[in-house]
Amino acid sequence: MILIQLYLSFLKIGTFAFGGGYAMVPLLQNEIIASRGWITSAEFADLMSVAQITPGPIAINSATFIGYQVGGVAGSALATLAVVTPSILIIFVLVRMLMIYGDTPVVRRIFRGVKPQVIALIAAAAIGISNMAFASVEDLLIGATAALGLFVCKLHPIAVIGLCAGAGLLLH
Amino acid sequence: MAQKTCSDAVSAASEHLSSLAWERLLKLLTMFATFFKVGAFTFGGGYAMIPLIKAELVEQKQWLDEDEFLETIGITQSVPGAVAVNMAVYLGYKVSGSAGALLCAAGVILPSFIIILIIAASFAAFQSSEHVVNLLRGIRPAVVVLIFSSAASLSQKVITRPLIGVFATVGLAALVFGGAHPIAVLVIGGALGAFLFPPERCE
Repeated sequence: MILIQLYLSFLKIGTFAFGGGYAMVPLLQNEIIASRGWITSAEFADLMSVAQITPGPIAINSATFIGYQVGGVAGSALATLAVVTPSILIIFVLVRMLMIYGDTPVVRRIFRGVKPQVIALIAAAAIGISNMAFASVEDLLIGATAALGLFVCKLHPIAVIGLCAGAGLLLH
Repeated sequence: MAQKTCSDAVSAASEHLSSLAWERLLKLLTMFATFFKVGAFTFGGGYAMIPLIKAELVEQKQWLDEDEFLETIGITQSVPGAVAVNMAVYLGYKVSGSAGALLCAAGVILPSFIIILIIAASFAAFQSSEHVVNLLRGIRPAVVVLIFSSAASLSQKVITRPLIGVFATVGLAALVFGGAHPIAVLVIGGALGAFLFPPERCE
């Protein structure tokens, strides 16, 4: 029974979490702590720190973590599946619509306005996390290393991340 | 004689077909592997995956160009759900249909799922490890540099006129200083763009 509730809760979260990432945190708090009481506020804070420092989307990390607390491995699989179901259905419909209408003049003109704003969005994301990321001189050094690796040595992003993880171990 | 050419044609056709099926399978596996990598190395959610996807799909495999990539971000950001999953489903579908969409979704989800399961089962030990904390402190500045570089390189093709530069800067200011919601910026940007910019010329 609780597994069905778990599935429905994460289906709801997946459906209404617009904007990705941290946009879903209030929704998660409301559904998981306030209405269901599945985990405590302290456990939720732990979850957020884990979600932040592990790779992957926060939605998936949260669903897997809370699903495990509520119903073990089966619970985590169910919650993860539930949180991505709306995305998959909505995107399927959207892709089909774009295949039909994507090349009409109106849609093309709309996208000409959207693209510069996407670049603004990406830059804003970098600015948003730069406060937390550049808190010390070591962080600035690591950032310079990353820039050097990326622009001068033309490293792959994964290599840059690996390099800086190593630098983090050495410097801190 | 006619019999022979006919059977030759059939076997050639079936060979062609199986090589097509093989190619498709290979493409699906590559898509899965690519998004598995993205899921495994994306620290910090959503936007951190952009440099990685760009390097893999736009620069190396060339399955989509920069224009299509920007459209993808605009669309996947405007619908509910994790941006990473939305992008995996959208790009998977575009490159190889619904099988591609589901495989890419599985690819981007699995690393998180496995890692979080291990952590949830051994939470206390993980949390107190100083090495883990230091490792992750090193990754953060790298992620900022990577995301900035994506914005810079993508802007080269889009910001072709000063007016478009101003347009993007206003959006950036609204996001950073005005606390504007990303979806609002995309919707208003799209609406304004339809009026502000002249229709594209046909090549």
